[in-house]
Formats: sequence, C-alpha cells, structure tokens
Amino acid sequence: MSLSPVEGVALAEIESGGPEVPERKDVVGRSPGRLAWIRLRRDRTAMVSGGMLLFFMLLALAAPLIEMLYGIGPKEQFQSLLDGFGMPLGYSGGVSGDHWFGLEPGLGRDIFIRLIYGLRTSLFIAFAAAVITATLGVVLGTLAGYLGGWLDAVINWITDLTLAMPFLVIALALTPTLVLRFYGEREAVSPAFGVAVLIGVFAIFGWTSTARLVRGQVIALREREFVEAARASGAGLGHMVFRQLLPNIWAPILVSFSLAVPQFITSEAALSFIGVGLSDETPSFGRMIYRSLDYLQTDPAYVFFPGITIFALVFAFNLFGDALRDALDPKSSR
Amino acid sequence: MDRPKSVPSGQPGDRPSVPEQRSTSGPYLRVDDLRVRFDTEDGVVRAVDGVSFTVERGRTLGIVGESGSGKSVTSLAILGLHNAKRTTITGEISVGGRQLVGLPEEEVRRLRGRDMAMIFQDPLSALHPYYTVGRQIAEAYRVHHPGAGRREARQRAVDMLGRVGIPQPARRFDQYPHEFSGGMRQRAMIAMALVNDPDLVIADEPTTALDVTVQAQILDLLADLQAEFHSAIIMITHDLGVVSQVADDVLVMYGGRAVERGSVEQVLRRPQHPYTWGLLSSVPSLHGDADEDLVPIRGNPPSLINLPSGCSFHPRCRYADRNGDRSRTEVPQLRPAGGEGHLVACHLSTEERTRLYREDIAHVGVAR
Amino acid sequence: MWGSLGEREERSAAEYRSRERRQAPMSEVSVAPSAAEPLLRVRGLAKHFPVRTGFRGQSLVRAVDGLDFDVRPGETLGLVGESGCGKTTTGRMLVRLLEPTAGTIEFEGRDITHAGRRQLRPLRQDLQIIFQDPYASLNPRHTVGRIIAMPLQVNGIEPPGGVKARVQELLEIVGLNPEHYNRYPHEFSGGQRQRIGIARALALRPKLIVADEPVSALDVSIQAQVVNLLRQLQRDLELAFVFIAHDLAVVRHFCQRVAVMYLGKIVEIGDRVDIYERPQHPYTRALLSAIPDVTKLGPGGRIRLTGDVPTPLDPPSGCRFRTRCWKAQEICATEEPALVSRGGGQAIACHFPESGPVAGESGGTAGVTVEEVSK
Repeated sequence: MSLSPVEGVALAEIESGGPEVPERKDVVGRSPGRLAWIRLRRDRTAMVSGGMLLFFMLLALAAPLIEMLYGIGPKEQFQSLLDGFGMPLGYSGGVSGDHWFGLEPGLGRDIFIRLIYGLRTSLFIAFAAAVITATLGVVLGTLAGYLGGWLDAVINWITDLTLAMPFLVIALALTPTLVLRFYGEREAVSPAFGVAVLIGVFAIFGWTSTARLVRGQVIALREREFVEAARASGAGLGHMVFRQLLPNIWAPILVSFSLAVPQFITSEAALSFIGVGLSDETPSFGRMIYRSLDYLQTDPAYVFFPGITIFALVFAFNLFGDALRDALDPKSSR
Repeated sequence: MDRPKSVPSGQPGDRPSVPEQRSTSGPYLRVDDLRVRFDTEDGVVRAVDGVSFTVERGRTLGIVGESGSGKSVTSLAILGLHNAKRTTITGEISVGGRQLVGLPEEEVRRLRGRDMAMIFQDPLSALHPYYTVGRQIAEAYRVHHPGAGRREARQRAVDMLGRVGIPQPARRFDQYPHEFSGGMRQRAMIAMALVNDPDLVIADEPTTALDVTVQAQILDLLADLQAEFHSAIIMITHDLGVVSQVADDVLVMYGGRAVERGSVEQVLRRPQHPYTWGLLSSVPSLHGDADEDLVPIRGNPPSLINLPSGCSFHPRCRYADRNGDRSRTEVPQLRPAGGEGHLVACHLSTEERTRLYREDIAHVGVAR
Repeated sequence: MWGSLGEREERSAAEYRSRERRQAPMSEVSVAPSAAEPLLRVRGLAKHFPVRTGFRGQSLVRAVDGLDFDVRPGETLGLVGESGCGKTTTGRMLVRLLEPTAGTIEFEGRDITHAGRRQLRPLRQDLQIIFQDPYASLNPRHTVGRIIAMPLQVNGIEPPGGVKARVQELLEIVGLNPEHYNRYPHEFSGGQRQRIGIARALALRPKLIVADEPVSALDVSIQAQVVNLLRQLQRDLELAFVFIAHDLAVVRHFCQRVAVMYLGKIVEIGDRVDIYERPQHPYTRALLSAIPDVTKLGPGGRIRLTGDVPTPLDPPSGCRFRTRCWKAQEICATEEPALVSRGGGQAIACHFPESGPVAGESGGTAGVTVEEVSK
C-alpha cells in the first residue's frame, strides 16, 4: 500500500464541491426547503416511488368506499365457491370478475378487499408508531442534547437500557400477558386493542434511534455561532428549540421518519406472523401471509397477492426515503 | 523501474552531480495559456482562463488573488490533481522541459512528490492522523525511491525533520500529528514536501492558519531552504505582506485571469492595474494616519459561472467609464506596461494609469 | 453599491440616533481616555476549563487568567494576541456566553458576572456580539428579516413602525438593499453576510458590541469595506467596541486603546499611539515586527521569536513569555510581573520593559536584543 496523504487530501479538497462554488444571485428568496423540493422534483425515482406511496395511501383511506363500490365486505364468506376440500373453485385461486384476487381457502373470504383493509391496518399502525417514536425521540434527543448534564446522562442511560432489551422476546412475552390482563381467558379480544398493543410495543422500542440522531445533531448545532447569537440576545429554551434548533434538524428527522415507516410495516407483519400481533379477525398482511403458507403448494395465488403488495409498499417507502435524503442533503449522494 | 533521483545518503542536501538530461537553461516551470474548466450542475465554471507565467529555479513567484480568483486551481492543475472526469485542462504546462498536459495520470503521479511538491494551508488535514509524522515522511520518500530500505528512509526523514527546525527530530519521528503544535505541523508538512528534493514547490497559503510570529519563522525557513535546494517556488497567498517578503515576481489574478504580472518591485511599488491598486489601498497599514478610512474595492468578487463581460473587473472598477464601452465589451489582453517584463491587462493607457495612480492611490493604505 | 448608499446610510444613522431610547449626552467621542465612568469594568476575570488528561486525571486549562481593563462609553478597545491567548474566551465571557471562573464584570456599575437570564434581560439590549464566521453565524433556515428581527422578538420589543420597518432600516444602515428582507443567507456573499450579522447586533441599539474577529474570514477587498462600516457605525452611533483580532494592522485602524494578550494575560495595554509607536513589552515588539510589511520588500530585519506559544495547560512559571523572550533572566522564572502603569494610560507586565521607539527594520535574530535606534 502506498501511503501518500498529500495526494489524498488534495483530491478530497477538490471533491468537496471544487474550490469555487458558484453562487446564485439572480434568484429571489429560495429557502433551503424549497431548493430541496426542486431537487426532489428532478429525481425520477423519488417521483415514481412517491406516486406509488400516494396511491397506496389513497387505497387505504378509501377502503370503505372501495368496499361499497366492490360490493363485498372483508368478513363475507363465500363457501359456495369452494370445493369439498375448502379450495376455491376455478383457476388461480378463484380469480374472477367478482373476486379480483380470488378467495381464501377454508373460509372463502375475498382476498382483494381483505388486502385493502390489511393495507389500512398496516399503514395506520406504521404511521402511528412512527409519529409516536419520532415525537418521543425528538423531545428526548433535544432535551438531552441541548440541556446536557445529568438529564443527558439519564436519557442516555435509558436509551442504552432500551437497546439492550431483546425486542422479539419482550414482544412475545408482553403481548399475551397484556391481553390476559385486560381480557379473560376466553373473551374475544377487540381488534382495536390488538392494534394499540402493537403500536405501544413499537413506540417503546423504536424511539432510541431518533433520539440518538437528534441528540447528536443538537450537540453539533449548539456550538454554532447563530445559536450563540440567539443566546447572547437572551433567548429562552422555547425559542432556542423551536426557532433555532429544530428548523435545522427536521431534514434528518424526516428522513428517519420515512425510513421508519416501512420498518414498522414489516415488523407488524412479522409479529402477526408469529402470532403475537393481531387476531385473525383484523385484516393484516402478516396474518394473511401466515395463513397462506399452508397453501403454498395448492393455492400459490393466496401467497402471491399479499406478498407482492407488502414488497411493493416497503420498497417504495425505502426508495422514497433515500431520495428524500439525497434531496435534503445533496452532499451525501456525491 | 525509474532510477532514484538523488543518491540515497545521509546528506539530504546532496544533489546528484549529474542531473537528468533535461534542459537546465530557461525557466523550470512554464505555463502557457492554461485554461481549466469544471462542469458543474449549474453550468461551466471557467476557473482559470488563459494564464501564462514562468518560474526559474531559485526564484519565487507570488500568485495573489481573492477567493475564486483561480489561484489555487492553477496550482492544482500544475500538480495534475484535478478530477479528470469533470475537469477540462488545455494549454501548456511544462516542468523541467516535460509537457504535463495530456500526460497519462500514472506519469504525472511519478513526477508529483519527486520533481514537484505541494505545501498545504492546513497541515492538520494534510497529515494522516493515525500514522506517525515520521512514518508519513519516510513513506513519501520510499514511494519515489523503491530501492530505499526502511532504515534508510527513516534516517532521511529524521534528517529532514531536523533540517526544517524541529528539535529532537529522532524523538519527534515517532509522534503523531496531534502531538505537534501548529507551527511544528507546518514544518513537518514542509519536511514531507521537500523529502525528495523537488525542484518545484507550490505553497498554497502555507502560513494563513498560523500566528504571525510563527508565520515569520516559516517564511524564513522557506527562504533558507530555497537558498539551499535552489528550487522554484510558487507562493499562493491573499496576503500582500507575505508576497512583499518572499516573492521575486508577482502574478495578480482576478476572476480566473491574470490582470498584472511583473517583478515584486514593479507590482507593489508601481502597480498598474486598478485591481492591484484596490488591493493595496484596502489593506490597513502599520504606518501613516490610522484615523483615515480605508479605500475598499466596491462590490463583491464575481461568480466564475457568470463572469462579467469584457474586463471582468469592470463592475468594481472606478475607472471603467473612461473607455466608453470598451471595458464592458472587450477582454483586455496582457500588454507591456512601462517597466521591463511588467505586464498589465487594462484598457487604460499607460500615461493615464500613471496619472491616476499618482493622484488617487499613492497616498492611501499600504500603497503609500 | 457601497458608494451609492453612503447618503442613505447617513440619514438612517441620524434617525437611529434621534430615536435613541436613552437621552444620552451627545458628547464628542474623544480619543484620549476621559475621566468618565467606565461602561464596562473588568477585574480579575478568569476562565479555567477542566480537561481530562490520561485515564483519570483532570487538569485545568487556564484560558484566561486574571484580566483587568475598562471600556468607556463610545470607546473602542482592541484585544490582540495569537491563538490560545484567550481573547475569544474573554469576548464570550463579556456577553455571558461563558460563565467566568473568577473575577467580576461590571456593566454601568452593575455586577453582571453571575447574573441569570432574567436579570440579564435588560442588559442584553446594551451588550451584543458580532461573530467571526459569516457562514456559521446566520441560521440557514431563516430569512434575513427573521435573523435581524430575532433579538427584537426574543426580548418582546415592538419597535415603533413595526418590526419590518426596523429591519429594513437596519439593512440600510449596514449598506444592504432593504428589499432583500425575504432572502436566505445562502444567497449572500461572505461580506454581505457579515453585514447581516452586524445589523442583528445593532437591532437592540446596544451601547457595547463585542466583535470577535469580524473581518478575518473575509477577502482582503471586503475586509476594508467592513472595517469602514464598523468605523462609521462606531462614530455615528457612539458605540463602544471590544474588538478581538489577531491582525494588528486592522486593530490599529479601528481601536483607540489596545490590550495585547499572551497566554491568558494582558501583557501590555495602552492608547493606540503608545502601543504602536512606543511598545514596551518585548512581546508587543515581536508581534509588531513579525507582521509582513508591504511597504518593505524582501525579508526585512525582524525580531524572530523561537518556538510556538506554550500550551495553556501548563504555562511557564513566572512571566509566561519568558520561554520565548530574549531578555529573560532568573527573576522572570520565579516572579510573575504585575501589570503596572508606566505613565499615561499605558501599563506593562514585564520585569525589563523596553524603552524608546520601535527599532524598525534594524532588528536582530532570535535571542539577540533588538538594536535600538539611538538618537
């Protein structure tokens, strides 16, 4: 290996945007956020994945409307369309003009409308969990980073503690215990309760990464001169946090938010898959995939539709998150 | 592959008695009509636009300019350190009789560090933090002396450290950059640049990050080393004071072009370009009336993407109107301005400039 | 742009003065120290930073170690010195961005050394700071209007005519186009950004501004613009300045009094004429002679100091400059020289002060006493 630091540094100097960064002077008042939007608009991946996400969200929001137009509910069973073994009649899992994605073997429920409602559940859980974790993370991270001292030490300690807890084991142990605590051995568990427990579990484990990110950013900003200028003018905690600090870190927060959502979607599916998530009654990706695995050989369409939907959703989210990061911080992509 | 350039010996000052068969007469470095363009998202940046100069061995050329004047880009082009994908370089750069523009990257790299070396402004970022200072210097030596052993390279590095005025060089050899003070780091940087006896040394703002008392030491050191090694030096700086101390010749750059060139005496004592006047009159001086206002250059340095038409200095020039539209439409070429070898790129006539200088400039700031 | 705005600026400055909330006596600012009550009185000011050394050890960096100085109303005091001399730390303590370890800071007779945020609130309006880095000192997410209005907003001040009018007036005072109210910092050049920082510092009509290397990050041609602007503001608005800089030539053009610092101590303080024409501390002399002088070509004779500034972690005993001083004797290592007045406003902390005018170019090299030009 030839060690020639001089060359390396010289090249690095040139890489960093070149010695002469031209300045736009002819443009009036383009804010950094607006510039990021313009960059995002220019990015084709961002536009395509963003369009897909928008489409999925509209589907989820309009689920009752779609149910009305489609004419079939998520709990309706079509036993008459199943054969003696409980398998849907017709080709590829019973796909027909009435049942676009076919029927579930066994219960005979319509896969399409269950997918739409499953999307609704998944997105609701993921967004709710992401909003809660982001809020928790921002609040704790900002307090730890800006105030420092013993508060920082305590929050750091709790963060480390949380990270040390095994997520799956706790989720496996906690969910049934909670359910038993609120409902009896034989009582039917309400779907809303299952959703709330899932969101709660995600919130408890998910806030640490955002908190760490925000804390680091705040510590870096705290020493910047514009923050000191506000301090020298006598600004209080509220002004410092909401006017000076947060506007400068919303970009990484937004990126971490957009990457947390798909993570929660897959986590929800995984938990439902191993049976600690939602009950069978609530339509969800995880339950559908779990049930469909028994029919992998006999009815591949049952696996295919939920599988491809969850894949497309998570893929689009991740692509969009990356594009967003590039648009907000153009240096990282070079 | 290539033979070692200097006989590896304990005497760093020892130059090979028979230098390579390159022309020993004439300037060591000749830059002719150098143009450097970068393609960026926002358009083409003409960072250097037709610059020519020569430097002889044993002489120092000071290149003066503000940020964005193209002075650093020029030096990086000479060293071949630009990213080839986004950069277009045309013109001629000849070092010791060898044409560099268009030479394969591999060959330029062989010259770099051996025939020419660079001293950077910030030694902390130019030195690798995880290797000892001595190891980095020894490594720089071994890159160009493949036959040299570890022990020999170490000896050479210790010698160089001693030569640049670092006390206890053998002990300092095994220390890391963070254990050096700012001045010592810059000395180590110089030792590394000079370890292969380069004939051309480019120093890019070598003292800007240093305190004045340390700056004085470093400037003295460079002068001493030049007397000893007889190398050609290019000193890139924005500080006219530094130029007045070390330079033999001066090139003033503005917006990627040379606006004035001449001996240090000519450029600082009988400056001919209004931009040079502006620089001289805006620098506060240690002498004269401290209560008088400085005479700044109005406006801001231009953007290289959107350079003003004609003479790029005309929007900031107090005398641009004296030539009708000429300053706005026609790019002035470097032309002789009185003294021998004194060139200036300005549309004003020599007589007019002399008169204006006497009436408006000669009594303010350091131009006094 | 600069030239054409001169007239408008003057008018705005006059308005600024006429609307001064305190009816300050319109006395002419005199260069010579007057007997007036000092605006700022600093006594024994010190700041020690604890640093971890090794595995468990902790030691103190004595960044600032006992400063005494006064600033009178409308006076400009320059704090000069090399890196590590504590000048920036001092500036930050004056505006209370850092908590002093020891000593007192009095502003208009009130002790503000350890005042809390609420007690400081009325003082914030009188005491402002301008930063060195024009890129780091403006919030990139705020418009220029919001940046300049920040001190007003934070202190709940509603200026007559509204915030916007006030901000535009300030933009005019510092020589920027008031129409640029809604632009963002990244759309301005370094010099223009520094003007925005100055406008922000002026927003509360302070009596004292701490300027921390306000021009050293700027291009040469822009430095002169900003120095001229600060001089004009100082004259027109009768502002007092603590001007922190390493460039002695700039300080000479801006300051009426100068304090030279070395390793956390003031080694010499005096009127500008004294410091530049009759410096008495060896360090002041060395500093002055180390400045490359454009008016002299070639390496002129200089006092060459050897070595670097020692670390403030372990400063030399006695006189801190003795390790680099060519006059150092035994007493310098054992006894710390006090800052004593030598007539006039000049005070020197040295056992063997120099006398006579600056030797100029007939200097010696390291370790050799400068040959004084004897008349």
